[in-house]
Amino acid sequence: MAGMLDTDLFLAWTEGAARAVRLHRDRLTGLDAAIGDADHGTNLDRGFTEVGKALTEWPPTSPAQVLVSAGTTLIRRVGGASGPLYGSLFRQLGKSLDTPVTLAGFAAAFESGVQAVERLGKAAQGDKTMIDALAPAARALTQAVQEGADEHKAFERAARAAEEGAKATIPLRARKGRASYLGERSIGHEDPGAASAALIMAALAEAAA
Amino acid sequence: MVGVVLVAHSAGLAAETAELARGIAGREAPVAAAGGTGDGGLGVSIDRIEAAVREVDRGDGVLLIPDLGSSVLTARLLEEPGRVVLADVPFVEGAIAAAVAAGGGAALAVVLAAAEEARTHRKL
Repeated sequence: MAGMLDTDLFLAWTEGAARAVRLHRDRLTGLDAAIGDADHGTNLDRGFTEVGKALTEWPPTSPAQVLVSAGTTLIRRVGGASGPLYGSLFRQLGKSLDTPVTLAGFAAAFESGVQAVERLGKAAQGDKTMIDALAPAARALTQAVQEGADEHKAFERAARAAEEGAKATIPLRARKGRASYLGERSIGHEDPGAASAALIMAALAEAAA
Repeated sequence: MVGVVLVAHSAGLAAETAELARGIAGREAPVAAAGGTGDGGLGVSIDRIEAAVREVDRGDGVLLIPDLGSSVLTARLLEEPGRVVLADVPFVEGAIAAAVAAGGGAALAVVLAAAEEARTHRKL
């Protein structure tokens, strides 16, 4: 049904995100080894694997349930900073959705989710964190909705904005997280959190394709 | 009495810091450790933090003292203003100061203030 985002789409998103994180696990961990503690890929892979298990064990009946369950599982199972951060993103996104979910409703809920991440991590765009991918994705999504794009186009634009945002972290000096201890030495490396955020947004575009 | 929960990436770090704090503050001080992941690795487990909060919660509030990074972010998810609060303090010194204040029967705001004083307390 055009214009409606259903439970299956969000299940497909979490499954696609889990596959992407698994596929890119070593790259994410490698990025984290350069400027962090070399566990981002492993942690997220474990977290999204547990998300899949939880959603199989307690099948959700609404988009909001998919996202709140995914977020809660990530908070409980990741074990690194990305757990509470992605967990808050998905939980806030889920809690902000009205049923049935429209693209405009999703875009607004996604903005709210990204703001929850910003509040929790006290990070802003330019600090070399996942916000550098998530905030441009949220803006691209909202703008696409305002221009009347359908969900395929809107999610593609959000994914592209996230990818560009992640790449744009390379020359930045980290101001938050473990990488901030490195100061100048954090320059020249892509932020692992921004890289995983780009993967997760790409999974959303694929789920709606 | 106010409860004190020490949240660290390492189970050993949290447990030994709790032991040290109780050793100085007295055995009756309600201090609990929440360190490491559920499978014994380095990291943070919200389940462990919640269990530790329940262990030391006497109804007078709980102070969470995280080491860094994901400990801080995870602990922040459990904040309940006026009841479960976070202390942005040096881990060891803050734990000891909080345990001493809590063991003496101080209120939550006073225990938090005692922990925060540890930030400016000079060793030399």
